[in-house]
Amino acid sequence: MDLLSMTAVELSQAIREGRTTAPEALAAVFAQIEAKEETLHCYITIEKEKAMQRAQEVQAKIEAGELIGPLAGVPVAIKDNLCTEGTLTTCGSRILENFVPTFSAEAVELLKNAGAVIIGKTNMDEFAMGSTTETSYFGVTRNPADPARVPGGSSGGSAAAVAAGECFFALGSDTGGSIRQPAGYCGVVGMKPTYGTVSRYGLVAYGSSLDQIGPLTKDVADCAAVLSVIASHDEKDSTSMKREDTDFTSALVRDVKGLKIGIPRDYFSEGLDSQVKEAVLKAAKVLEANGAVLEEFDLSLVDYAIPTYYTIAAAEASSNLERFDGIKYGYRADAEGLHQMYKKTRSQGFGEEVKRRIMLGSFVLSSGYYDAYYLKALKVKAMIKKAFDDAFVRYDLILGPVSPTTAPRLGESLSDPLKMYLGDIYTISVNLAGLPAISLPCGRDDQGLPIGLQLIGDCFSEKTLIRAAYTCEQAVKSAGEADAGQNTPGESAVKDGENPQTVKDETVADSKTGVMTSAGKEA
Amino acid sequence: MANIISDETIEYVSILAKLDLSEEQKEAAKRDMGRMLDYIDKLNELDTEGVEPMSHVFPVQNVFREDVVTNGDDSERLLSNAPEEQDNMFVVPRTFE
Amino acid sequence: MAKQYETVIGLEVHVELATKTKIFCGCSTAFGGAPNTHTCPVCTGMPGSLPVLNRKVLEYAIAVGLATNCDITRYCKFDRKNYFYPDNPQNYQISQLYLPICRNGHVEIEGKDGKKNVGIHEIHMEEDAGKLIHDDWADRTLVDYNRSGVPLIEIVSEPDMRSAEEVIAYLEKLRMLIQYLGVSDCKLQEGSMRADVNLSVREAGASEYGTRTEMKNLNSFRAISHAIAGERERQIDLLESGRKVVQETRRWDDNKEVSYPMRSKEDAQDYRYFPDPDLTPVRVDDAFLQEIRDRQPEFREEKMARYAEEFGLPAYDIEILTGEKALADLFEQTTAICGKPKQVSNWLMGETLRLCREKNVDASDLCFGPENLAKLIDLVEQKAINGSVAKEVFEVMFEENIDPVSYVEEKGLKTVGDEGLLRKTVEEVLQNNPQSVSDYKGGKQKALGFLVGQTMKAMKGKADPAMVNQLLKEFLG
Repeated sequence: MDLLSMTAVELSQAIREGRTTAPEALAAVFAQIEAKEETLHCYITIEKEKAMQRAQEVQAKIEAGELIGPLAGVPVAIKDNLCTEGTLTTCGSRILENFVPTFSAEAVELLKNAGAVIIGKTNMDEFAMGSTTETSYFGVTRNPADPARVPGGSSGGSAAAVAAGECFFALGSDTGGSIRQPAGYCGVVGMKPTYGTVSRYGLVAYGSSLDQIGPLTKDVADCAAVLSVIASHDEKDSTSMKREDTDFTSALVRDVKGLKIGIPRDYFSEGLDSQVKEAVLKAAKVLEANGAVLEEFDLSLVDYAIPTYYTIAAAEASSNLERFDGIKYGYRADAEGLHQMYKKTRSQGFGEEVKRRIMLGSFVLSSGYYDAYYLKALKVKAMIKKAFDDAFVRYDLILGPVSPTTAPRLGESLSDPLKMYLGDIYTISVNLAGLPAISLPCGRDDQGLPIGLQLIGDCFSEKTLIRAAYTCEQAVKSAGEADAGQNTPGESAVKDGENPQTVKDETVADSKTGVMTSAGKEA
Repeated sequence: MANIISDETIEYVSILAKLDLSEEQKEAAKRDMGRMLDYIDKLNELDTEGVEPMSHVFPVQNVFREDVVTNGDDSERLLSNAPEEQDNMFVVPRTFE
Repeated sequence: MAKQYETVIGLEVHVELATKTKIFCGCSTAFGGAPNTHTCPVCTGMPGSLPVLNRKVLEYAIAVGLATNCDITRYCKFDRKNYFYPDNPQNYQISQLYLPICRNGHVEIEGKDGKKNVGIHEIHMEEDAGKLIHDDWADRTLVDYNRSGVPLIEIVSEPDMRSAEEVIAYLEKLRMLIQYLGVSDCKLQEGSMRADVNLSVREAGASEYGTRTEMKNLNSFRAISHAIAGERERQIDLLESGRKVVQETRRWDDNKEVSYPMRSKEDAQDYRYFPDPDLTPVRVDDAFLQEIRDRQPEFREEKMARYAEEFGLPAYDIEILTGEKALADLFEQTTAICGKPKQVSNWLMGETLRLCREKNVDASDLCFGPENLAKLIDLVEQKAINGSVAKEVFEVMFEENIDPVSYVEEKGLKTVGDEGLLRKTVEEVLQNNPQSVSDYKGGKQKALGFLVGQTMKAMKGKADPAMVNQLLKEFLG
């Protein structure tokens, strides 16, 4: 039995039915880690013995009928900015290189209660600031589809681990696209739920008003199953929402008849790679063929989302990261006197990108600039939210790409931060407006690199998102099965993490710099 | 570039942020911050007159806890991450001269 | 002729609220725990922890706002005040800048020239900081977060005060209101009430304010008076010598009676306030406000009128009893049990306050309850014990809250009612003191006092002195 080819839901069923066991599944994952991790480096921390012991405990409970859920016995990877009691939690930063939390994040707690087996903590951009997982203090993670490329970020370790079979599913966090973009780059499913759906308690904050935890999974059914477990109202998080129905698996139906899908012209204009565009529009056609109604429209304000986001996120981050001062936990530099200790600790403990955002955030909040920058950004945020509200009067969903391109090569992005920020253009406004959005694979480019499709829903409409994503996925799958043997664009992740050899489309990709045209204009 | 960041500004912001930047880093910070601010200035194209600033996306309000003690003594664990500890307290360099 | 200067003073008063738990977490606010034993991930700033507002803090803040004639902000928010200091584990303090809970209030004080109003600019809710302990031997500082996150309100006055006397009157007024509300014990020495003094001087008659300084670390009325005098003088000296007052925060050293500037160049005072994204806004609706209004207690002025009306107490008694909420409460509770207001008042104003002073105990920290005081009063009333025994018993009660009835019983302190025994004792005393007897008969009234004393001594104090007096006179004819 090829355990690694199973989804999380399939695996838990196989365990429940006695066809395999939790320790067996974990052993298969560790074999895969053994084979792949040296190249990919998805994890910062792996706790093999702890996981094995846990798998045995869970197995006993499953056999006793005490654990019956769809995640029982399933190995999971946790992004390293989610606190795990007794397990190192670094946020990809030197400043937390030795930090062991005394409590677990609520989402982690819920997964544990559901019987999931935690393998370890995944690599990420330092404090989730980055789009490539290259800003991690612990080294880069590589994209399983092509190790010369980045997995995206900031949840790059989680996305790569799922894509490479180094876990069955993972948790990530999404502040401006940090789940959806790496999911897109790695060819897995990633979802950012409506703000407040998953408790932020235990998530080390980056931009508190934008941060949301979500699943990275092999398919849409797994995504629905994981979301159903981690969505909860938590009294420890004031911004947590009380939601009526959190059984998202009930939305796993292949039916989009009459669903009105808006396609924002602004998401398909200059800067978008032509192969990405083609694959995304092809997926839209699949939905149309299944009964959805497509319509192009102007979302407006798209160009303002990035400056708004970076102002708000940097401001919140500058404050959220003040607690890292060398006193209570983490790295402390030797220095004479208190202020020197603060400065040295933080300068040596934080990486360049984090310092860049802390500086920007401190500036936009400083005396004399607050109104011009921070308050202005909060006003534009309100306008962006309004633009989405207007769109959702007419449409059930909005469809577009996740990112302008497929995964860039390692080292390509960091040299120009502004350019890197512009890659977040399609994902970022979702966080500003607090909306749910899902990223799912919709094909590959001529390099064999995964392309992500993004569906954006109105607040609390995760079920509509899941229904549409599931329909799209199933339609492509059956088309693929009918087309047996062919490596069809639209096939989901390459499960064994190999770089696919078959390259069907011979079209040369648009110059990647095309994406940056708008950047060039501004900068 | 419209926004010229002065040495004084970088110095001032690094005091606020408690960061010690090398000369090279200061130059980079001046350049990066200037570019970002130019980019952020794009927001000035929008007329936001009369728009209510939005800090919370959803109108959730009045989230309270009741005044009941729920926590016991967890100091041993809380102090376990401290770089330096003495008498069940966190240690810092002396705070006044 | 030398210029005349006017002192302009505004106060920022921090009051620790007497909630059971901290403002944003379920840790106890109790005093006296070992360091860091009343802490959790939230109040030690652990990564990933989040604050949730204690409802009681909001209720208490609104109650103080209503008592000080403030407008209650119906939609208020919390903001972060960012500054690095080790007593503040997150390196930002959650406070309120943009939309504080109360605004535009005032309280009336008794000034030099009669009643005057001191304006209240705003009252906001915030969290207290931890405690820093300096280890001089090891040249380092230790941090205890037990007080970190204890709820505070900051009451910011308008610059309406002109003298130390007015400042003290204002503080006394606030203390009284807040104690009556029961939301804080307001002890300056223990830090549950703290005042920062903003002071400037200007030439008499000037319309513009001068540059002000802020003085911190004032933990007694005495320190406040001294600091005001000292700072006024310092500022006038600067102006007289043609220099300028620098706007700064200064630390008052009450031992040396001088102030020092507090911050170095590493502390740019730029707090970068912004709305805390971790906390939701608070909307105060009519029903909630009414609920708090309905719970407002009887304040001092109302109590004073009622005591005169209901108990017919002298004005002097009323002044003293209502001057401490704890004393007034004890008075009312004891009177409700024994029904003897004047006797209760006498015990409280006399023995109670005498022992409070002698043993340095605050009236709010009395250990005995109204039941026992009522019992003691009844014992005296029933002549079961005499006055001096009662005082002895009270002193024990003051220390350890004993039940006076069983105590008197156990120790055999009851007045001996047996007239036969008393007569016999008196006869013996007269026999043993012939000199005193003849002195008395010779017209020396003082001798009677001596004989009373001897009899009481022989009775081990357990006789009714009036009865002894009567019997002695009878025998001496």
